[in-house]
Amino acid sequence: MTVDPSALAPAPAPASAGQPSSPEGRSLDRRDFVRLLGGGIIVLFTADLSDLLGQEARTRGYPTDFNAYLKIAADGRVTVYSGKIEMGQGVVTSLAQMAADELDVSLDSIDMVMGDTALCPFDAGTYGSMSTRFFGPALRAAAAEARAVLLALAAEELKVPAEALKVEGGVISATSNPKARVTFGQLAKGQKIVHTLDGKAVTKAVSAFRVMGKPEKRRDARAKVTGKAQYAGDVRLPGMLYAKVLRPPAHGATLKSVDTSAAARLPGVVVVNEDGLVAVLHADPEATEKALAAVKAEYDVPKPAFDDRTVFAHLLSVAGEGEEREKKGDLVEGERKSVSLFEGRYLNGYGAHASIETHTALARLDGDTMTVWSSTQTPFPNQQAIAQAIGFAKEDVRVITPFVGGGFGGKSSAGLQAIEAAKLAKRTGKPVQVCWTRAEEFFLDAFRPAAVVAIRSGVDAEGKLCLWDYQVYAAGSRSAEQFYDVPNNLIRVYGRWGSDTPKMHLFATGPWRAPGANINVFARESQIDTMAAAAKVDPLEFRLNNTSDKRMRGVLEAASRKFGWKKAAGPSGRGVGVACGIDAGTYVALMAEVKVDVATGSVKVVRIVCAQDMGVVINPDGAKMQMEGCVMMGLGYTLSEEVRFEGGRILTRNFDTYELPRFSGMPELETVLVKNDELSPQGGGEPALVPVGAVVANAIFDATGARLFQMPMTAERVKEALLAVRRKPST
Amino acid sequence: MKDSISFRLNGKPVRLEVDGDRLLLWVLRTDLGLTGTKFGCGESVCGACTVVVGREAVRSCQLPVKAVRGKDVTTIEGLERDGKLHPLQEAFADAGGLQCGFCTPGMIMNAYALLLKVPKPTRARILAEMDGNLCRCAAHHRIVEAIERVATRAGGAS
Repeated sequence: MTVDPSALAPAPAPASAGQPSSPEGRSLDRRDFVRLLGGGIIVLFTADLSDLLGQEARTRGYPTDFNAYLKIAADGRVTVYSGKIEMGQGVVTSLAQMAADELDVSLDSIDMVMGDTALCPFDAGTYGSMSTRFFGPALRAAAAEARAVLLALAAEELKVPAEALKVEGGVISATSNPKARVTFGQLAKGQKIVHTLDGKAVTKAVSAFRVMGKPEKRRDARAKVTGKAQYAGDVRLPGMLYAKVLRPPAHGATLKSVDTSAAARLPGVVVVNEDGLVAVLHADPEATEKALAAVKAEYDVPKPAFDDRTVFAHLLSVAGEGEEREKKGDLVEGERKSVSLFEGRYLNGYGAHASIETHTALARLDGDTMTVWSSTQTPFPNQQAIAQAIGFAKEDVRVITPFVGGGFGGKSSAGLQAIEAAKLAKRTGKPVQVCWTRAEEFFLDAFRPAAVVAIRSGVDAEGKLCLWDYQVYAAGSRSAEQFYDVPNNLIRVYGRWGSDTPKMHLFATGPWRAPGANINVFARESQIDTMAAAAKVDPLEFRLNNTSDKRMRGVLEAASRKFGWKKAAGPSGRGVGVACGIDAGTYVALMAEVKVDVATGSVKVVRIVCAQDMGVVINPDGAKMQMEGCVMMGLGYTLSEEVRFEGGRILTRNFDTYELPRFSGMPELETVLVKNDELSPQGGGEPALVPVGAVVANAIFDATGARLFQMPMTAERVKEALLAVRRKPST
Repeated sequence: MKDSISFRLNGKPVRLEVDGDRLLLWVLRTDLGLTGTKFGCGESVCGACTVVVGREAVRSCQLPVKAVRGKDVTTIEGLERDGKLHPLQEAFADAGGLQCGFCTPGMIMNAYALLLKVPKPTRARILAEMDGNLCRCAAHHRIVEAIERVATRAGGAS
């Protein structure tokens, strides 16, 4: 994707002229690469992902000492080349802000070229709230380095010492004589200066920020509100065909027989049946649906072993020994000191990513090279997977990532849709688009893992936590790290998500916006709330009594001020709750107010306050957008989103049964950024999502006295919990 | 079976030789090359494919093209006039009522039809009318803010 302020749409189909792509489309060694860059001042740099980069880059034969670069051209424009992608999280704006500020140029003069394997050096992918945290500092350093190079050139040119020069808007002038001036473009002209970042570049102090730290409008907004923003499915090539791929009715089903003859007789339909890939293609996408319906296929479908209700028993039964993640003190001692013991078991089913853009790709064969426009968070791993699947050298596959219509972790897989498009393009010789239907999207998704958390905890006579025995099954321990002051603490992890772990899950699982963290924070913060209520202590006070972590106290207090928190032990009947968590280096506290309809069990979240400490904030407006999006999206996993299945059959097929948050469910929402300029920028795309489940559960408890142990907290489950409270004799 | 179908698209007459049962969404996206209207669900439950026919917001993913014969169809590409954004487009951009942008054309077209019908809707009305349009990035608050900005300005959406 290419975004510059003058262009409304991202990169058009072919590479624009003058870009550093070799004539043969082959991979480049460092020397070739630099030769092809053309003139200008270039700084090569790498984000702090060296282990990922080194390993991948070595196997790819790419230069290993950088994974991004910026270039200042003779026209004064600055272009940043990076394998990161824009999927709505706003890095196309915030990364440009960083470069503009460090270089002292206007934001308008920055172009971003992203996610194109032919133009950008290797990058592992866009996930884990890492673009700003790890890529950002490297980009800033590169821009600072470029500025230093330009200053040195200007000093020579103007015969003025560098210390006596100032930089403004891409123009360097003598402090004492404004007429002695030279532009970045003039300095770059005819130059061929290549620097590799050596860690010595000095970036600006927060107090010197001019572009960073200021709310900046999205640079992609105009393209997106006019419909001109191009996504993978919007690329049109002459002679292209649309394809539909035959899918089994259930995971684990095996194809017994297939008869494509009726489909093949339909006018204009091309049938491909090769190595297990059965597809129908046509110049009209609708005709492919009719053709697919005409394919007769018989499958053996295994008898269902588990469904969305029994999955938890399955996960516990295959959990194995697990491994210790944190250990402090002695649990027996903790139990001995406890005046009250608490046990809680928390559940969460499989969740879908449900981006509005389904997985889409368009592949074009040109002689012996393949170009694929792909909706992906991981263009380089995509490229590798495609190459392997079609038997091409990696260098002969180019992946271009236009704007991505939502990812949330769901588009960070190998890119099956891109592989299918490439196979079909190779087979037919025509450009082929594969765009999954919504049902395919749900069926083929790598789900957020179903998970179980079991906690045993205790408080001593002073109301201090003295025991924390935490076991998480099948979700990993992200955000389970202990920040309460518990002398006897154990965190034990039994499997996680992803394909590289012992096979626990019934389906493919993958990262889902703060993977694993949502269930971990739901469990911990629900348990803490239960303990506070039993101790008859206000839940905010109980938390503050039990953590000395300054940043956590800071966000709790900030949320409390904004919310107007009034002290009361739960359940107070008011329906207010608090929860907090840490994710991607960022601290978050949420406070919520809910209304529970006791007759139906339905929950309406009335108000949420979100306070966040994310270190230095690059784009406050962008950061707030992410906080708002996290909270609002979080209400989905909290209240309604759950994948229903029976054995390998995925019963969830569209949005009528997988309920995303809607306008009618909007709470009043306020966000607070807690200033912390002492700390480099931390993650922003995920943290505010992680305490949403807990804050709603705690508010439901405060409203009704009913404790919810399973997400999503559907009306049915809330009703059950309310009945359980009524049945229980009061103590 | 091919049929000759005429309608006005973004203010200009169009005449197509197409099977009238084909869906408007795909005719727009393929035959007419207007890719601003998006496919999201195919069952009218997400709103990404929303266009305006006459003065009504409709889901083009289930609407046969023959149903727009002789009618006025407006898509996201038709809102900008002489290089000037429609106030709703301006407001979505200014308020940050979008993230990945994939649902945005459908959101704007749905809001456009709402303001044609009710130039100054209440917040409750906005929420109700927009409820069938899904935004996975969850930019809901700013989308509502954008619509309210246009609705409260003198003259409404015009």
